[in-house]
Amino acid sequence: MQRRKFIKALFAASALALVPIKAFAAMWNTPAFQATKLQEAMAALQISNVTLSNDIQIIAPDKAENGAVVQIEVMSRIPNTESITIFVENNPTALIANFLFGEGAEGFVVTRIKMAETSDVLAVIKSGNRYFSAKKRVEVLENGCG
Amino acid sequence: MAENMRMRAQLKGDTTEVKVLMTHPMETGRRKSDSGDVIPANFIQLVSASLNGNQVLEAQWGTGISKNPYLTFHLRGAKVGDIVRVNWTDNQGKTGVGEIAVTLA
Repeated sequence: MQRRKFIKALFAASALALVPIKAFAAMWNTPAFQATKLQEAMAALQISNVTLSNDIQIIAPDKAENGAVVQIEVMSRIPNTESITIFVENNPTALIANFLFGEGAEGFVVTRIKMAETSDVLAVIKSGNRYFSAKKRVEVLENGCG
Repeated sequence: MAENMRMRAQLKGDTTEVKVLMTHPMETGRRKSDSGDVIPANFIQLVSASLNGNQVLEAQWGTGISKNPYLTFHLRGAKVGDIVRVNWTDNQGKTGVGEIAVTLA
């Protein structure tokens, strides 16, 4: 335990030294990624009081032939977008990815995700200490986690 | 290292579009092989991108990112010749790195 604490502290210190301006987490949030329920995953990321926003655009197919590869684009027009977090409510683990943006990066990301079944894709944006969200339903014709 | 990442960084107007394609199996740990054994989890957990050495993006990924991960992000203020570098680390401690200079679209 002592050793683990020491290594954690070491990691935290080196992350701070490398990134003096923006505080990147540089840590993998194990409880959030292992959570099976959307609410648990959001709680582990300390996301609360989420407001629906029309300033977030999710571009994803209405129907995905193959759930193993579903391309998702998230664009945030919310000023000072610090992070975009992507969830798939009906996946075995709901949290897909958390993107944190530093100085010079826009609140925009395109990636390809796995979807076990038809589900809402939820994007949560952090700006200051506020959270905003948007969602898009994707119908999955063939399971992508098999 | 070049074989596990393909990258492109193109300046369009005042935005640089960075596209990254990584080679990685992204195993969830829930899949079984033909012989019925569980295939161990093997997936990228952390991705970091920098512009001329300054970190601009960090991503934490779970098992829900598709095999051979694809990523596009946008940078503001980059110039032709600036260096975009991407690093990843997976749950088994393996790492990958790619680097590309910004070009005009």
